[in-house]
Amino acid sequence: MKYLADIGGYALMVIELFKKPTKWRIMRTLILKEIDELIYGSLGIIIFISFFIGAVVTIQTALNLTSPLIPKSLIGFATRQSIILEFAPTFVSIIMAGKVGSYITSSIGTMRVTEQIDALEVMGVNALNYLVFPKIIAMLFYPFAIAMSMYVGIFGGWMAGVFSGFLTSADFIAGITEEFIPYHVTYAFIKTLIFSFIIATIPSYHGFYMKGGALEVGKASTIAFVWTSVVIIIANYILTQLLLGS
Amino acid sequence: MIEVNDIYKSFDQADILKGVTTVFETGKTNLIIGQSGSGKTVFLKCMLGLFSPEKGSIVYDGQKYSDLSSDEQRDLRQDMGMVFQGSALFDGMTVAGNVMFPLEMFTKLAKSEMQDRVDIVLKRVNLIDAHHKYPSEISGGMQKRVAIARAIVMNPQYLFCDEPNSGLDPKTAIIIDNLIKEITEEFNITTVINTHDMNSVMEIGEKIIFLRKGLKEWEGTKHEIFKTDNEAVTDFVYSSELFKKVRQMYIEERN
Repeated sequence: MKYLADIGGYALMVIELFKKPTKWRIMRTLILKEIDELIYGSLGIIIFISFFIGAVVTIQTALNLTSPLIPKSLIGFATRQSIILEFAPTFVSIIMAGKVGSYITSSIGTMRVTEQIDALEVMGVNALNYLVFPKIIAMLFYPFAIAMSMYVGIFGGWMAGVFSGFLTSADFIAGITEEFIPYHVTYAFIKTLIFSFIIATIPSYHGFYMKGGALEVGKASTIAFVWTSVVIIIANYILTQLLLGS
Repeated sequence: MIEVNDIYKSFDQADILKGVTTVFETGKTNLIIGQSGSGKTVFLKCMLGLFSPEKGSIVYDGQKYSDLSSDEQRDLRQDMGMVFQGSALFDGMTVAGNVMFPLEMFTKLAKSEMQDRVDIVLKRVNLIDAHHKYPSEISGGMQKRVAIARAIVMNPQYLFCDEPNSGLDPKTAIIIDNLIKEITEEFNITTVINTHDMNSVMEIGEKIIFLRKGLKEWEGTKHEIFKTDNEAVTDFVYSSELFKKVRQMYIEERN
């Protein structure tokens, strides 16, 4: 019953946040601030993780493809497919659910605890539009971060594969260009956009409607991370079925 | 003037307000007093529109709040100023930014005009030198004064204060009380203060409402509170020896 109430509450929040928009002059500043906090501030961790995961994917693929009948270029091919189809859009989104999601829940939750949201509402400000809408718009830039993740992940794979002596640079490059389907990148970006909306709104819901004090802010952040991850995983399955299944 | 008619509010089957009726007059400092858990904050938040009463109505100068559309309610809220218990200043903004916020949100004033208005209200609360500081860099009393400045910057018709003296030393508390009283008279606004500071009651209580277990137990002026024989009120107001003596002196003086 509580889950149904939460789903209903979340849907109402999404409708409410588009009502009575904040002045564009103020909204523009808020959006730029959120791009800085949510996207630019996450690039470091995205690049770091992508590089090493790309490297690990390459090494593990290489260690499992021991048959001389299998061409070495398949290592590059597998790395590319893993990174473009799943690692960059989904795995990085789960990490972002932790990093960005917990930041969103705790910042909005703290505003709730310290009555700053009440202050906004008393003034006649649509607090949801003021606090959540800029985050949704900022997260539209998230696919750029994912594009970087793809490049860096493949680069990490190339470094690990070539410098560890598993394959030559030419083999790897042949692998990553082999049977390349551009639609797979489109599919990854469609997923990323859906995930960006999930990452912006579910933690906001848990922060905005939290009750209690400082301890509950921490609990709300944890719950928000769990639910954001669960919804991303389910959405990933549905989108894959819809976009690649037919 | 704010008319509150028979309002009821409950949370999780616990009745917090059980039919409170009263009138808050314009140009006066109206105080709501009562023990912790008596329903003061819920009562104040019902008047602010943050909680919807299950029954009863709140009428602001002839406008029944529950009859207004959500947009009209938001517009009416722009005529309200609120000083929260913990000040509720926006952490990421300077003192001037906090005070300017409502002007930026709701007016089409030029930046220089906004700045002038901010300077006027910051001077009024004696904080003109702190305009560039962040809330974390100023004292609790200064934060309360910033909150008052933010609440009055839009020239509201109604000013609500939730325990404006909590956590302040007695001297600063008196400064805050006097500031609120002066602003109420100067701008002729309807001020409602939620407090359990008896100094405030004695100093600025032009109309006092005593809430007990969600009901209005008593109402009157600060002069009448000295003479009342309502046991619940006297138990609460004159719980300290000091106030018992003050009361006795007042009665002896009058006789």
